[in-house]
Amino acid sequence: MKTALLIAAVDARIGGVMVFGDRGTGKSTAARALAALLGPKIPFVDLPLGATEDRVVGALDIERALVAGEKAFEPGLLAKADGGFLYIDEVNLLEDHIVDLLLDVAATGENVVEREGLSVRHSARFVLIGSGNPEEGELRPQLLDRFGLSIEVRTPQEIDLRVEILRRCDTFERDAAGFADDWQKAERKTLRSVTNARKLLPDVGVPDAIMRRASELCIAVGADGLRGELTLIRAARAKAALEGKKEVKDKQLIAVAPMALRHRLRRGVLDETGSTARIERALAEMFGG
Amino acid sequence: MSPAQLLAADGGLGGILVRGDAEGLIAELRQLLQVHRCPAHVDADRLLGGLDLSATLAAGRPVISPGLIETAAGGVIVVTGAERLEPEIAGTFAAALDATTIRLVLIDRGVEGEAVPEALAERLAFWIDADDMPTGVTKGAAEHTPIMSDSVLKMIAEAAVALGVESMRAPLFAVRTAKALARLDGSDAVSEAHVIEAVRRVLVPRATQWPEAQDEAAPPPDAQAQGEGQGEAGGPLADTVLEAVKATLPPGLLETIRARAARGKAKGRGRGARRRAPTRGRPAGVRPGLPRGGARLALLDTLRAAAPWQKLRGAQARIAVRKADLRVRRFRDRTGMTTIFAVDASGSAAAARMAEAKGAVELLLTQAYVKRAQVALIAFRGDSAETIVPPTRSLTRARRLLAELPGGGGTPMAAGLHAARTLALSERAKDRTPHIVLLTDGRANMPADGTAQASAEQAAKSIARDGLDATLIDISARPRAEGQRLADALGGRYIALPRGGAADVSRAIS
Repeated sequence: MKTALLIAAVDARIGGVMVFGDRGTGKSTAARALAALLGPKIPFVDLPLGATEDRVVGALDIERALVAGEKAFEPGLLAKADGGFLYIDEVNLLEDHIVDLLLDVAATGENVVEREGLSVRHSARFVLIGSGNPEEGELRPQLLDRFGLSIEVRTPQEIDLRVEILRRCDTFERDAAGFADDWQKAERKTLRSVTNARKLLPDVGVPDAIMRRASELCIAVGADGLRGELTLIRAARAKAALEGKKEVKDKQLIAVAPMALRHRLRRGVLDETGSTARIERALAEMFGG
Repeated sequence: MSPAQLLAADGGLGGILVRGDAEGLIAELRQLLQVHRCPAHVDADRLLGGLDLSATLAAGRPVISPGLIETAAGGVIVVTGAERLEPEIAGTFAAALDATTIRLVLIDRGVEGEAVPEALAERLAFWIDADDMPTGVTKGAAEHTPIMSDSVLKMIAEAAVALGVESMRAPLFAVRTAKALARLDGSDAVSEAHVIEAVRRVLVPRATQWPEAQDEAAPPPDAQAQGEGQGEAGGPLADTVLEAVKATLPPGLLETIRARAARGKAKGRGRGARRRAPTRGRPAGVRPGLPRGGARLALLDTLRAAAPWQKLRGAQARIAVRKADLRVRRFRDRTGMTTIFAVDASGSAAAARMAEAKGAVELLLTQAYVKRAQVALIAFRGDSAETIVPPTRSLTRARRLLAELPGGGGTPMAAGLHAARTLALSERAKDRTPHIVLLTDGRANMPADGTAQASAEQAAKSIARDGLDATLIDISARPRAEGQRLADALGGRYIALPRGGAADVSRAIS
């Protein structure tokens, strides 16, 4: 999950991350940590469950209309998210019409408002981060496809890891400032790698052989549409950039394939075979070992 | 230590979910914290603050009200009738809990099928029954935060796994609770006794299994005991703790947990009754009202209403609008459909029929997925009916619940019909269109005193009286009169499919 979020931060064109998982698995914590990492200048907007269209899109500023008699636009959450991240918790429970709205805006990068006598158009480019529990409802394939990468998280099964989580939270509560200091070095390192990766990205090359293998992989697993391949290549480049490498090799492709493809596989709606398993099998066949 | 005292001591515990009469709890809270009561149908503006419309219109300049979440910081918000919370409001509360700016007490007085949104319940440390409210006396607060050793943390982590609690929030709450208990106890360090109490308070209500159940089954091979998910025994520390916890449980609770485990993973709390969303669907006119709770202002109609009064109101540069002039848009939602399968899972050829029903349900789910419709499954056998798949669009969930469905026993038709009717009426109340599909051979034999068939027909007639859409699919090998008679009583279609496969059943319904 952390890798996926960092990749999305390096290259916004990849189109965001969808995190599937049960409750209490740290999904929103991780997303918010990303926001904190990238700093206060990058907007990070929460789209609450059940948000109404008015709050998302923006609406007539009633206050000014009624009191001053002026027609003014009160920006919604999409305006606030421009240039940053839009985080949607429980995205699979989102109302259909809000989903449609987000699809439009995500595709065009622009929010068009035509209502209540208003005609407004503003830039709304953001990286979508969604989290949800598939047990609660299915996400429409069109929306799922909008997310560049997808991740499945589970609560760690090893007791030691769980104890470590409890321990760190306990330490933080006792001395928040101390905890922050201890981890500051690691945080700065991560932030540096993201900033450096962004700078390096334009120079990262993808050899023809890698492009071909990417296409072969997508065909082998039955990925729908071309977005899968494009995302796969972009994600592999971003991963290489994060590692400070100027050329994409098999290693990066293998690392990002599951997150780039698992939510795009053509399958019967009731097909139980795990998408991740299918991708890993294909990878094993193609790359051996 | 009562939950109220613990919550007052540590706001990071989020809050309390109470089932039943909570007046005692509230009285106790009043002595410890500032209590703000809040109805379940509160709207987002009241919670988050914003323009106070009436005051603004009266004063002629913007009057902002701070919102309940801000005002209640440091105190506690008490919501009655929490099972009726709208998703938007639940989400707003959840976000505020995440930012630990509020304490929340939810009082759930719902009946079976209505429940507080899971996402919100998850963020409250204590889930309690009003009848089973722990009490306690504080010995005075310790100066510093009590020490927590690694072994204590491990006890809690293991106990959570042993009880089948997946979410990490629960053990985190348990850790906080143990610390608070130790502090209020005047102790320097968290002891095993505090852990036992914390496990009892926080983890047990969320338990989906009890580890002893594992002893009855064959002991798992070593490899399995290493790291695979469900049914895993905790470690040795957890066993001691859980033995001690068991001693403190009220009678019947252990049975409830075991029953829950036997039924398969908890069905998940529902999302509560949903009222008509005020901004969805096709526009259907305009009515007087305040643009609150999501209802959208109809500006032109408002101005039109205010226009004739301008002269009288002495308006000059700006338009004088009063509260009575405000108009909002009404919408008519295109309601979705819910197909309710009521399946005779009794001994008579149960297995084959169940397979067909399950197959048909899965096929319908596939279509429903496309049409955004919902599917539900009720099975009746033995002496009762049970809702196996509550109305859902989630394939993952439906498939899992279907897989766990057993068959056999007598045919309690009346019970099945009654359950289908109740579910259908509840769906209708949520503005969905229910459609009942009954799969059976039409022969009722439970209760076994001879009244079964007549009761079944009575139940069918009440479905007809409610105007509910119904179809009876007769899967007996040789269709008999009972099937047609029942269909007539239902006021619905009769379809004979003696050897109906899943595809036939599903085609017959569409």
